[in-house]
Amino acid sequence: MTKKLVLEESAGFDQKVIEYVHRASATGLYEIRGMGAKRHLPSFDDLVFLAGSASRYPLEGYREKCTTTTVLGTRFAKKPIELAIPITIAGMSFGALSGRVKEALGRAATEMGTSTTTGDGGMTQEERQSSKTLVYQCLPSRYGFNPDDLRKADAIELVIGQGAKPGGGGMLLGQKVTKRVAGMRTLPVGVDQRSACRHPDWTGPDDLAIKVAELREITDWEKPIYIKVGATRTFNDVKLAVHAGADVIVVDGMQGGTAATQTVFIEHIGIPTLAALRQAVDALEDMNMRGKVQLIVSGGIRTGADVAKALAMGADAVAIGQGILLSLGCNSSSYLHNGEHIDATADYNALGTQPGYCHHCHTGKCPVGVTTQDEELELRLEPLTGAKRVKNYLKTLNMELTTVARACGKSNVHHLEREDLVALTIEAAAMAKIPLAGTDWIPGVSRF
Amino acid sequence: MCGIVGLLVKNQKMRADIGKLMLPMLIGMTERGPDSAGLAIFGAPVADDERKFCLYTPDVVFDWQKLERDFAAHFGTKDKVEQNANHVILKTTVAPDSVKAWLKEAYPRLSLLCVGQLMDMYKDTGTPAQVAARYGFQNLSGSHLVGHTRMATESAVTPAHAHPFTAGEDWCLVHNGSLSNPNSIRRMLEHEGIGFETDNDTEAACRFLEWRMREGDDLKTALNKGFDELDGFFTLLMGTKDQLALVRDPFACKPAIVAEHDDYVAIASEYRSLAHLPDVKNAHLYEPMPEELYIWKV
Amino acid sequence: MESLDLHKITVRELNQYLHKELPSKNGVKKLEILNPDGMHSIAAGMDLPVDIDIQGHGGYYVGGMNKHANITVHGNVGWGVAENMMSGTVRVKGFASSAAGATGRGGTLIIEGDTSLRCGISMKGIDIIVGGSIGNFSGFMAQAGRMVICGDAGDGLGDSMYEAVFYVRGKIKSLGADAQEEPMTEADYAAVQELLDRAGFKHDPKEFKRVAGAKKLYNWNADANQEY
Repeated sequence: MTKKLVLEESAGFDQKVIEYVHRASATGLYEIRGMGAKRHLPSFDDLVFLAGSASRYPLEGYREKCTTTTVLGTRFAKKPIELAIPITIAGMSFGALSGRVKEALGRAATEMGTSTTTGDGGMTQEERQSSKTLVYQCLPSRYGFNPDDLRKADAIELVIGQGAKPGGGGMLLGQKVTKRVAGMRTLPVGVDQRSACRHPDWTGPDDLAIKVAELREITDWEKPIYIKVGATRTFNDVKLAVHAGADVIVVDGMQGGTAATQTVFIEHIGIPTLAALRQAVDALEDMNMRGKVQLIVSGGIRTGADVAKALAMGADAVAIGQGILLSLGCNSSSYLHNGEHIDATADYNALGTQPGYCHHCHTGKCPVGVTTQDEELELRLEPLTGAKRVKNYLKTLNMELTTVARACGKSNVHHLEREDLVALTIEAAAMAKIPLAGTDWIPGVSRF
Repeated sequence: MCGIVGLLVKNQKMRADIGKLMLPMLIGMTERGPDSAGLAIFGAPVADDERKFCLYTPDVVFDWQKLERDFAAHFGTKDKVEQNANHVILKTTVAPDSVKAWLKEAYPRLSLLCVGQLMDMYKDTGTPAQVAARYGFQNLSGSHLVGHTRMATESAVTPAHAHPFTAGEDWCLVHNGSLSNPNSIRRMLEHEGIGFETDNDTEAACRFLEWRMREGDDLKTALNKGFDELDGFFTLLMGTKDQLALVRDPFACKPAIVAEHDDYVAIASEYRSLAHLPDVKNAHLYEPMPEELYIWKV
Repeated sequence: MESLDLHKITVRELNQYLHKELPSKNGVKKLEILNPDGMHSIAAGMDLPVDIDIQGHGGYYVGGMNKHANITVHGNVGWGVAENMMSGTVRVKGFASSAAGATGRGGTLIIEGDTSLRCGISMKGIDIIVGGSIGNFSGFMAQAGRMVICGDAGDGLGDSMYEAVFYVRGKIKSLGADAQEEPMTEADYAAVQELLDRAGFKHDPKEFKRVAGAKKLYNWNADANQEY
């Protein structure tokens, strides 16, 4: 007779932690992975909308128009960016992603009237040619950074940090540093690339102001300059970005993804997007810069509801990274080839994971050909098919956004306001400074 | 973040114009520090038994005459106050501790900016040009000064948060940079009996030096201890009775440049602020090395 | 010679002219900029083979992202001179502040005096020739290109460097992680000679030491006791 199994898991030393210690003991190295924070966090899921009722009247669909046009970069630039929708594609590098993916993103963005963003590897021809509106990142590493691409860009995004790893620099493991990637980044093929975490020629917001001015001088004040920060002391950072001359500020919360970084960064450094967004909007209002300096928020934006909530809380637009990769097939059990679905489950298993759990972008062995430089694997993503899927995803997000906006009586999605929202949990209410549903209570702000 | 300026006029004939020389230096640092500005100037000393107290009121209208009368009534002296916008200088032979205690009780809204024989201090919110105009900086005279323009990084923008900070009589400091452990330093110093006025990280550095010097360290020793205990990026410029002192942390990520001339020594965050000094073409220009203490005596 | 006076026009007006109007003025091959007074971004973003003489001290980012132009500063410069330069030449007669030639990808940067910290940080193909000494953390993460230092080098030279090569004539206060001294070859002596000639500095190449990356940090290795 076998003994009855009585399994009591420890909350502190659960399966995950046991695996962590075993892995550290075996390798002597920190874990590196892709994607963003996986742990449960206060988020937009904890907010709901107050829509039309007896006191407020909703708009009809179709005839009663709901505008989604979004203009970014009105503060100083001669040529601000005009987008058809307030949903942009976040910075992701060629290197992290394949060239074919960059082309797919560009095509989708162009069709939807929005922008894509380069990443820590520089600008590829595929992306510049396929993307009508391209934002060019200036990062601490300056890989591939050059004045010709700077002048070809539609906007410049000066990256202080990203949500997945505030205080850390970019990373690309040797298996993804192929000949083409290495050439663009001026590195030997196959090295484990770690970018610097600070910019080489300025430190601090006072010197950042001079750097922003230099980039403006080089591009003759034509292009909007974004400043991007990973969410930490967001209230201060947004104020300093304004002082430094930003046209647009991008705030990336801890849920933000990456193709490779130390897990300790992803899960333990940075604050949730919900809290960061409140701080960012407060900072702009404190300086009377709402509407003059635009705010883009990113980090775990997944659905039309998320977009609507971000706008209601005061963002002018959102940027999406992980969601876009999911729409291309990330974590799908199959990929499309000549219109047919080919099962890729075995390839996930070979990585030690399964569809729905995969975060192995850092390996370069993406089973669906998205975050890979492997010549065979990257063929699993067909640019035109990928473009269609991303376009569909963006379209769906936008439809949901306008549905919510109309239900709240808005003819323009930018008229959504924080009073259209209530919170479902005390943490979310405190972080977002939005009242708990059914009450007037904002913890820390108003009396119960 | 910030801009710092320092000026020591060696040529006695030029000391009456120190304000005029300094003004474009300070204004030149406006982009680095648009929120607030301040300076400490060392001029003609009061008698050995006297001290100057620089006071600041946040109120637009303040009855300084009443302060004068109340002070005279309490201490039985005939000391007068000199008023300049929101700023007043009180000269008295009454012991500083007694004056401070009385001010705290009778006029709690006033800030005591500094105490000393030679040093006057001004600091306020506004652009450098606004602050300079408010207090007539161009009319100042003296042998040396330390000035600052502020872009607040973490703490609030208030007059009290502006630099310079003072850590003793005729002693002050301005800072460009950001300390990463100011709160631990503050907690440690509070245990040593050192009081704080603000949550500004610069004040933590200032009081740390105050503590070390109270314990008997000379400035050099105090700063060397600072390299171990204070973490972050800092360029510190200090002014005392008879000298200016400058030091940069080991990482030296914040800028500084020095111009040495027969008539003056000038320091600023950027050369832009020095470009208009008389005959600067013939000054010896150099960038201070990290972790070295530079001292210029009057 | 065409003369542009920064006491009369702004840096914005200067750069606008240099970027948008000068290219169509075929006759102009040489011009001078007066009264720079430490202003920032003077002649940044050039994309034209002209000779520019800056008469005085520049501020930050003089000749930033330079392409094709030959810029001479008759004075000192602030941070980031010739940062991210692509081609052409920038020569500084005086000293340069921090991050000289930062992330430079091509062209030649000549500093006749000393430089401050982080000279050649993250360089990606630029040639930097310094007549004097260089400060701490120089050559940090230097990926490609060459740096010739006729004076001394400070602490942490070439920390985490990749494929760049440094030639140092004076003393090296300390080497950075993974940087090491290597023997000079005939090719190295020839390279040093060529670079010194380019700068017009008269030294014997035989006096120079070669510093390059040991390449031990290229890939993570738990057993290698790598610094991190």
